[in-house]
Amino acid sequence: MTVEMTDARPSLVTRPAVPPRTGEPKPAAPAGVPRLAARELQLHYGAHHALKGVTLQIPSNSVTAIIGPSGCGKSTLLRSFNRMNDLIPGVRVEGAIEVSGRSVLAPGTDVVELRRRVGMVFQRPNPFPKSIFENVAFGLRMLGLDDRGELGARVEDSLRRAALWDEVKDRLDRSAMQLSGGQQQRLCIARCLAVEPEVILMDEPASALDPTATARIEELILDLKGRYTLVVVTHNMQQAARISDHTAFMLQGVLVEFDDTRRVFTSPSQKLTEDYITGRFG
Amino acid sequence: MALLRPGIDATRHRRMQLWRERFIEFALRSSALFAVVGLLLIIVFVFREAAPVLFDRETQREASVPGFFATPLWQPVGDVPKYGIVPLLVGTFKVVVVAMVFATPLAVLAALFSSEFASPRVREAIKPVIEILAGIPSVVMGFFALMVLASWLQQWTGSTIRLNAVNAGIALGLGVIPTIYTVAEDALRAVPRSYREASLGLGATPWQTAWHVALPAASAGVGAAVLLGLARAVGETMIVLMASGNAAIISGDPFDSVRTLSASIAAELAEVVVGSPHYSVLFFLGALLFTITFIINVAAGVFVERLRKRLAGA
Repeated sequence: MTVEMTDARPSLVTRPAVPPRTGEPKPAAPAGVPRLAARELQLHYGAHHALKGVTLQIPSNSVTAIIGPSGCGKSTLLRSFNRMNDLIPGVRVEGAIEVSGRSVLAPGTDVVELRRRVGMVFQRPNPFPKSIFENVAFGLRMLGLDDRGELGARVEDSLRRAALWDEVKDRLDRSAMQLSGGQQQRLCIARCLAVEPEVILMDEPASALDPTATARIEELILDLKGRYTLVVVTHNMQQAARISDHTAFMLQGVLVEFDDTRRVFTSPSQKLTEDYITGRFG
Repeated sequence: MALLRPGIDATRHRRMQLWRERFIEFALRSSALFAVVGLLLIIVFVFREAAPVLFDRETQREASVPGFFATPLWQPVGDVPKYGIVPLLVGTFKVVVVAMVFATPLAVLAALFSSEFASPRVREAIKPVIEILAGIPSVVMGFFALMVLASWLQQWTGSTIRLNAVNAGIALGLGVIPTIYTVAEDALRAVPRSYREASLGLGATPWQTAWHVALPAASAGVGAAVLLGLARAVGETMIVLMASGNAAIISGDPFDSVRTLSASIAAELAEVVVGSPHYSVLFFLGALLFTITFIINVAAGVFVERLRKRLAGA
């Protein structure tokens, strides 16, 4: 049976190639093309209108924070970029989303490959109930990499990039569930880095962690900045101010303001933004 | 309570209510106690009736535990009765192996499909249909195997013996599928969505996510499902009684007729003299079956507990 390469459904037989260890920084999108772009993005969960015409462009290898009160659609916007919303029954999407200039809503899009290139870190650390090593190796194994030596090298490399290697190098075969919450979250970041993504989406990555662990995640984000394109949803405005180059402020499904972080926090162009960041609501 | 009808004394009403509560609690407690005590008494009865095989000299002259393995023949109603249980053990083993080999992959893959791939609508259709399979009386399943399945199998395989271990095993497997499917599906659905999101988010395909993430995470529950199915298969009587040919033969050929422990009890107990060695032996087989299924069920319970702990992140 032949498998067409444009087939939207991933084949069970042929596997995409293992991405080369391209190292860092990830090559930027072509000049003039943003890494991530949304145009007039509309999203409905059944009767709920969650995104109301969002348009923004996120440049390569920068950190963008998305802030806003609970239920404003910031996570939904984030999850649109790797089409994670597909998993929710009854979702309807209109408009355009582009990654490195390529539409990801077009029929025939290889969603599996998209999710490899646009990685994701979730609010609650969600390591698999496997060993630390197998957690990091998982994505590579799924891409068909079986070579022990190569796997070992890439796992070490990923754990180093996620600033976790020194803490776990002596117990790689132990269950990931035994790590602390902050370590688990860095493990999830390492797991994500292992498949060589260009973009990493983080959905409130530190909201389930204590202040020390939060600080370490923020350090890590700053460390990865400039080498990957990071988009971080957070309800913590100080955090957004500390880590991001650009900040998007959302309210009730509308993108109110998107600008350099310094400008958003010092001289926002919108009254709503100012009210929110000065704590008048939210 | 606030809406007391005028004319009824409030304290009296309250007292009535209290008595009613007490009575209901007493009734419920008695029902629960009755069920447990009834079951315990049945178990005690079975073991008591089997006891002469172990403790009564008179019975042991005809039937004893070493004697069960001394002869390859199960001929309990000859001039010289022979109680060799090896052919029954072999028969039970063969039928159960066929049933599990047939039912386990089908049931587990069906559970994977309905928990990981099916849309909610499809899932709501599949689950009841498979569970209806559990509601088919086993005598109907046995009848089907006896009349229809046996003929099909004979045509396909060209086997000379129409009623054999494969025939009984497949029919038994059909009877066991709902048990395995239901428990395995529940275990898979209990796997947190965050695992699936993590896997898909790393660029794993839906099949890889189901096979490498959901199934291992639910492995203890799926193992419990298989064990519960196994316990059912070992104890199931009517299907094998009707579909297996009931010949107590020691052979490795799956296309020979077989007689199982359970079918022997069902076929012989009605015509046995109460208190005779044969009677005691049949109860001994019953106690043996009970012990086997009990051990399997306990093991399944241990598996489920382990799953719960693993998912809780211990």
